[in-house]
Amino acid sequence: MKRDADFDKLARYTGQWMRGEGPESDIVISTRIRLARNLADFPFIRRCSDEDRLSIERTVRARMESLTDNNWSAAQYVDLEPLSEIDRQLLVERQLISREIAEADGSRAVAFDAAEGYSVMVNEEDHLRIQVMKSGLDIKNTWEQVNRIDDMLEEVILYAFHPRYGYLTACPTNVGTGLRVSVMLHLPALVITEQMDRVFRSMQRINVTVRGLYGEGSQYTGDFYQVSNQITLGHTEADLLALVGEEVAPRIIEYERKARESLLKNNRDDLHDEVSRAMGILNTARKISSEETMHHLSKIRLGISMGLIDQLDVKVINQLFLQSQSAHLQKLQGRILGRAERHARRASFLQHHLAGKGDTTWN
Amino acid sequence: MKCQFCEKPATFHITELTDPGGPQVMHFCEEHAKGFLHKEASPPMTAIASALAKQLGQVGDDLEELDQKECPVCGISFFEFRNSGRLGCPYDYTHFESDLRPLLINVHDSTEHIGKRPTRSAGTADSLAKMIGLRREMEEAIEREDYERASEIRDELKAMEDPIAPKSTESDTTS
Ligand SMILES: [Zn+2]
Ligand SMILES: [Zn+2]
Repeated sequence: MKRDADFDKLARYTGQWMRGEGPESDIVISTRIRLARNLADFPFIRRCSDEDRLSIERTVRARMESLTDNNWSAAQYVDLEPLSEIDRQLLVERQLISREIAEADGSRAVAFDAAEGYSVMVNEEDHLRIQVMKSGLDIKNTWEQVNRIDDMLEEVILYAFHPRYGYLTACPTNVGTGLRVSVMLHLPALVITEQMDRVFRSMQRINVTVRGLYGEGSQYTGDFYQVSNQITLGHTEADLLALVGEEVAPRIIEYERKARESLLKNNRDDLHDEVSRAMGILNTARKISSEETMHHLSKIRLGISMGLIDQLDVKVINQLFLQSQSAHLQKLQGRILGRAERHARRASFLQHHLAGKGDTTWN
Repeated sequence: MKCQFCEKPATFHITELTDPGGPQVMHFCEEHAKGFLHKEASPPMTAIASALAKQLGQVGDDLEELDQKECPVCGISFFEFRNSGRLGCPYDYTHFESDLRPLLINVHDSTEHIGKRPTRSAGTADSLAKMIGLRREMEEAIEREDYERASEIRDELKAMEDPIAPKSTESDTTS
């Protein structure tokens, strides 16, 4: 494992899962699966002394270092405790770590691969949070990879496991499989046609959580929704994956497709107008908040998927979603920026890239 | 409106839909909204709280007694668990078993894991608990500079643990 993560370099790239490729990627942003695991011979985090946390971090690191798997030896291992706030924030924006672990105290770490396809958090709510992310709706490959990492770690780490209750977790809502599968969906057409309520209602009684993000009042509507399994005990991993990946997500995708078709048929001009205005604002604004940016980028993403904008690649939009966030902007600028400076910097950054002058870089 | 987690104005509003609680709207500043979204959607604390409330309604007068019940391994009380929603150690699933089962039924509608199992077994819940106890004892021994005792315990832990674990970690785990 490498221990010399270059954060300036990291900020310039986008993880593989943001390429906007894979099945259903016009609607599905990403598939993420995480497994919660704990070491058998330590208390859960809440009852850990500082020494316990340090011992866990050292044990896990040493055991990971002993693994000879080729993919694994190329991983980055980052000790989060001595990291600056902005670098931790950068990892949060890249979804490699959670905000909770970024803001926590004491020994904690993350291991991830160069493509940012997987990350393993050490000393989050559980001792280990193993997650794999892929572009588009790709449950099968995502599961295969996370399961393989779990198998590999299990060879060198003794997990807390109960024959009846399964993998033991700090919170009883994760016990059993310790598995959470989340599919991030872009549903602007369902939002525009005011059908999200109906979708939510139809999701009731099937053990899934749908979480949406929207902006202040009617000014900004965000269009991103995350679907994940709510329960972890009493079902096999395959059942939980099928519930989200085969039952729920495809149904919502179909609703969104129908809504997009009907918009194209009945409101093409209105839609084109809205997409063009979003483009106009991002191309001309002199300062802009990240909420407003997200709102307009969402409309542009819809415009690209529906063939209303043809000079832009969805990859560029995904890159802008990531790099227009605060820590990335500051990292790319090479210094800490105040709020007003960030808004101004964000506006010029967006214009530069939308004009095709930015370099889209992938690792 | 202020963010639920800090003093900044709430500019993001997140609707969480969980069955059977119905939609729940939360208000965050930009930073906390992102943190919240990136955190995978686990059932919110309210799910545990409401499941516990339902269960404790049936407990009645015994609640005070239950609250004082403590895990002999990590020392967490049921009261502390009830307030934080987080358990203290793996042995809690054994020690508080009869108290947790109704909660598991409320949350998961099940009390039986039927998924993946580790290929190597960690033994019984008792042996897991013993390992945590030994680890505490070892730390105490190191604290009072009784390195002989600490190394005895370390050997004992090694013997209980998996034989596959790399030998090179020995010095790392206790230094
Ligand atoms: Zn806040
Ligand atoms: Zn305990």
